Amino acid sequence: MKPTVIIVACLSILLSSHTLSATLRMAFDADPISLDPHEQLSEGTLQFSHLAFDPLLRWQQNGTFEARLATHWQAMTPSTTRFFLRQGVTFHSGHPLTSADVVYTINRLKHSADFRAMFDTIQSAKIIDDYTFDVISAKPNPLILNIMTYVFPMDKAFYQGKDEIVKYGETFASRHVSGTGPFILEKRELGSRMEFKRNPNYWDTASPGNVDTLISTPIHTDATRLAALLSGDVDFIFPISPIDIQRTQQTTGIQLVTMPSTRILLLHMNQTRRKEFRDVRVRKAINLAINQSLIVDKILRGYATPAGQLSPNRFLGHVAELQPDYDLQQARQLMKAAGYEQGFRISMMAPNNRYTNDEKVAQAVAAMLAKINIKADLKTLPKAQYFKEFDDRSADMMMLGWQSDTMDSNNLFEFIIACTDAKTGLGAYNASEYCNPSITDDIRQANQELNPERRLRLLQGIEKTLYQDSAIVPLYWQFLTWAAKDKVKIQDVINDRNYPYIGDLIIEE
Amino acid sequence: MLAFLLRRLIQACFVLIVISLISFAIQDKLGDPVRQMVGMTTTPEVREQLREELGLNDGFITQYTRFAKNALAGDFGTSYYYKEPTIDVILKKLPATFELAFCAILLVVCIATPFGVITAIHPKHLVSRLIMLVSSIGLSIPIFIIAIFMVYVFSIQWNLAPSFGRGETTVLFGFWESGLFTKDGLSHLLLPSLSLAIALIPIFVRLIRSEMSEVLQSEYIRFAWSKGLSAPRIYFFHALKNTMLPIITIGGIQAGTLVAYTILTETIFQWPGMGFLFMDAVSRVDTPLISAYLMVVGGMFVVMNTFVDLIYGLVNPTVRLASHGL
Repeated sequence: MKPTVIIVACLSILLSSHTLSATLRMAFDADPISLDPHEQLSEGTLQFSHLAFDPLLRWQQNGTFEARLATHWQAMTPSTTRFFLRQGVTFHSGHPLTSADVVYTINRLKHSADFRAMFDTIQSAKIIDDYTFDVISAKPNPLILNIMTYVFPMDKAFYQGKDEIVKYGETFASRHVSGTGPFILEKRELGSRMEFKRNPNYWDTASPGNVDTLISTPIHTDATRLAALLSGDVDFIFPISPIDIQRTQQTTGIQLVTMPSTRILLLHMNQTRRKEFRDVRVRKAINLAINQSLIVDKILRGYATPAGQLSPNRFLGHVAELQPDYDLQQARQLMKAAGYEQGFRISMMAPNNRYTNDEKVAQAVAAMLAKINIKADLKTLPKAQYFKEFDDRSADMMMLGWQSDTMDSNNLFEFIIACTDAKTGLGAYNASEYCNPSITDDIRQANQELNPERRLRLLQGIEKTLYQDSAIVPLYWQFLTWAAKDKVKIQDVINDRNYPYIGDLIIEE
Repeated sequence: MLAFLLRRLIQACFVLIVISLISFAIQDKLGDPVRQMVGMTTTPEVREQLREELGLNDGFITQYTRFAKNALAGDFGTSYYYKEPTIDVILKKLPATFELAFCAILLVVCIATPFGVITAIHPKHLVSRLIMLVSSIGLSIPIFIIAIFMVYVFSIQWNLAPSFGRGETTVLFGFWESGLFTKDGLSHLLLPSLSLAIALIPIFVRLIRSEMSEVLQSEYIRFAWSKGLSAPRIYFFHALKNTMLPIITIGGIQAGTLVAYTILTETIFQWPGMGFLFMDAVSRVDTPLISAYLMVVGGMFVVMNTFVDLIYGLVNPTVRLASHGL
């Protein structure tokens, strides 16, 4: 016998079993409301989807796509894209993954109340063979790949026949799960704990991840979550409140990782409610009176990027020259020119537990408006109540945070500044009631423009018009903040969507 | 006795009706439950349809009658988030809260009684003065500060006890999930029950002290001294027994404070009990769960007060329930 071979074999077994033995205990602020990945389009659901399921393709940190269950894809016609599925992938139930599962999933997404808005643009999906399928859009679709990041193939044989999506009742899919993902759900105590074991048959054998037990506990209180990390009861938390950032950084053995997100915070000035806001000089004056940089420095402690437009710089529509301006002198002159030197009174509303330090930011804005004699009566509400008020558009000035689901400027425009249209859902969050038909036309056109150059011009054109019109008040793009023990290498698996790819996470011993 | 219980039962029904009415009246102010179910991009049309399906567009009277009819049939609604009957959800969380409250009460009894007795017997002693000083400080510090301080000292600095959660549990009698029988479960109980106890101890120390000093002045204690009974027997049997009478009454009333404090403690320590459930339900606008919780707690109050009155009669047989105005 060759003793070296045996030793090497034993060592490799030892080593491999050693690397796959880490336990990760994580505590985030949100958790999925259901095991059904199509019940709610929310951060919690998508974080869960990346654990128990795999997407066809996913975003990488550098903003490009990474092939996952789809190995490659190609555009056949302007409205048809062919996808090639990875072979040899099995679901947790043991069923093999084929095109039929993917087509089934896309059809189910088209029936989901939450995902429908995105998947309405897709007309159908067609099976070509077991590992090939076509996705056909109604019109040329420049964002087809962005949308496909939301397709997490579900096990057709496992779900079919009992796959109804119900928002307020128990369903098979809300209690049972069979995906292809790196983790298999072992135990779930709704609202307090989820336990996962690593999928032993996971297809991605090249993944360096070594987490084999994952325990996820939602902790809603900032102080409790941080205490849990500092006391060693959990290994990985999100988010960290700005006032705790310094303390977290100074703690030995704990690392803090921040990353700019694409979520824009902004203020709407309701032009229907207030005739003053119909005057572009007043809107301009308000934009000039609000000092975004000061808000970011003092209230968010530098963990945000001051914004002068909606699109963050990784989006196509971003225009580098559009910077937030602050000029109190000019703002006062504009107010005088508009005939409002004495100012006026407005009502203002903001949430107080939805975005980082949202209440303090709103208070700062109110104080800044006072400098140009606009007296804002600020009312802040918990998010559960706030969005009801937002839907009713019940204040003159309202705060909103928005993250584009498609990672594209056009989604921001569609929801925030397009003319409101109850039928299509366009402008659902346009609490400015600003309506510029030429912008709405451009939005429609950008939705089916395949030429990147022309699309860029369209989107940037919209940003420039908004800036000239001072249609809204952009404030800043939020940062995301995570903290973990030093040995947990979260730096490599996080991304600006906050869907950590825990399957690839390495925990050093 | 039977008449007394019957009267109590009628009272309980009345209390529950009032609570359910109030909880229904405030529902609209809590926010929009449909908003919590859907993502941001769902169209207003779909949301409106959901509201219609859930019957949220009906008037107050229609909604309340529907609820009352179901409640009479034993159905207190289905939680939007848990998707299970609300009563089941609450009962599942009951053991955690019960064990937390039980341990806290145990700590209160074990700590407050000797301290109260000592301060009553030796009011001028340095130790007594110290106890009184600490208890007045304790009275004025809110519970969440105590809790956060304890987490900082005991779990972050000294790493003696876990900072959140319930730890490992065992199942008793097939339904009662208990954390009292594992080392991990007990260590998780330590900080929450201690902070809950610390919030209640000062008031009981003061109460026992003032009652006890009054009792120690009374004739029968003097008689006991002259009869030559031993000091421990006088203090801890004759005097303490009579001190306990008002304490039990106050204790029963304090049960309400205990419920309020468990909500705070459970939120801070992420303790998976009824209080935490309630806070969660409020933030999720899970209105059926909120109503059911309020009714369960209301029911518990009535039961607790009935028990207090019964115990009262046992401790002091001269008190007749019937003449108690009940």
